Amino acid sequence: MSKAVIDALVARFPGAVHDAYQGVGGDAAAFVEKGSIVEVATSLKADGFDLAPYITAVDYLGQEPRFEVVYNLYSTRLNTRIRLRVKVAESDPVVPSVTGVWRGADWFERYCLDMYGLTFTGHPDPRRLFMYESFVGHPLRKDYPLRGRQPILGECEGPQDSIRGPGPATRS
Amino acid sequence: MDSDLDTLPVIATRREEALTGLQKVVSNTLGWGRKWSIFPYPFVTACCGMEYMAMSMNRYDLDRFGAAFPRFSPRQADLLLIVGTINIKQAPVLRRIYDQMADPKWVLAFGACASSGGFYDNYAVVQGADRIVPVDVYVPGCPPRPEQVIDGIMMLQKKIQNQPQKLMDWQPAAAAGPAER
Repeated sequence: MSKAVIDALVARFPGAVHDAYQGVGGDAAAFVEKGSIVEVATSLKADGFDLAPYITAVDYLGQEPRFEVVYNLYSTRLNTRIRLRVKVAESDPVVPSVTGVWRGADWFERYCLDMYGLTFTGHPDPRRLFMYESFVGHPLRKDYPLRGRQPILGECEGPQDSIRGPGPATRS
Repeated sequence: MDSDLDTLPVIATRREEALTGLQKVVSNTLGWGRKWSIFPYPFVTACCGMEYMAMSMNRYDLDRFGAAFPRFSPRQADLLLIVGTINIKQAPVLRRIYDQMADPKWVLAFGACASSGGFYDNYAVVQGADRIVPVDVYVPGCPPRPEQVIDGIMMLQKKIQNQPQKLMDWQPAAAAGPAER
């Protein structure tokens, strides 16, 4: 089933979708050119792939292009999973955002920004997801040092009361 | 059976902490009262919370030690129980909660992560809650057995009893003298 979906995708977007293969778990996968990912995603959404359960990134340090964004898609109607892989060069770590297609891609793309330093154009809220704002670097990159410790936050950098504003400890 | 705390040599008291006879009676009485009425504030962030629940429910019954009733407001608590992993993003929150607690206050690090970071030896985790707040008792274990924590609470009770307790921990503003130095 998922093989048929990928084959139809290759036929529909010649050049943009290429190197289709059968994944280890039985799900079909294909590589997608970076510029046409939103177009491909919109087409898949129209074909019934209404969930993006997991979007993540991979760092292939030493290879060129270095990064890869992996889109795992699921169709509740067809009960089918497919996987799209987008190669991203280190010199240009910018990917078009698919939050316009799947609203739930928001936090996954923030995760990729946080952990791998990939920026997503058109993202509504491009902030770090897990780490704090003053954290330097991207910890899941392979060249992040294993013992990369960063200083503990002071009081002022902590979360502030969103209703009453900063407390007396931060005023001083 | 004596523990190590009983056999430790007596540490010489600093002059400002020396107590007269009556103060000693007051201190012992206050210490006795405080050690049997510990109000814990559970700062539960991780899986040690399950063990905290087991410890505080009736099988192990922390009420026997007067520390059963968790106050979920730091203003009303004496004992900050740091239960679980503290990561760096959370450290200012923990520090603020410690600052909000009224004196006298004590801190118990519950489990390996709160004591030393545990096996989370990585970029995101504070390597021990004592980098943020002063800790009185460390309870090891991943997670610790309820017996271990109860042992920690009993050690803390001994510590409270032996501390010099004062009726007023603060100095009144008029008695403090002029601020210039």
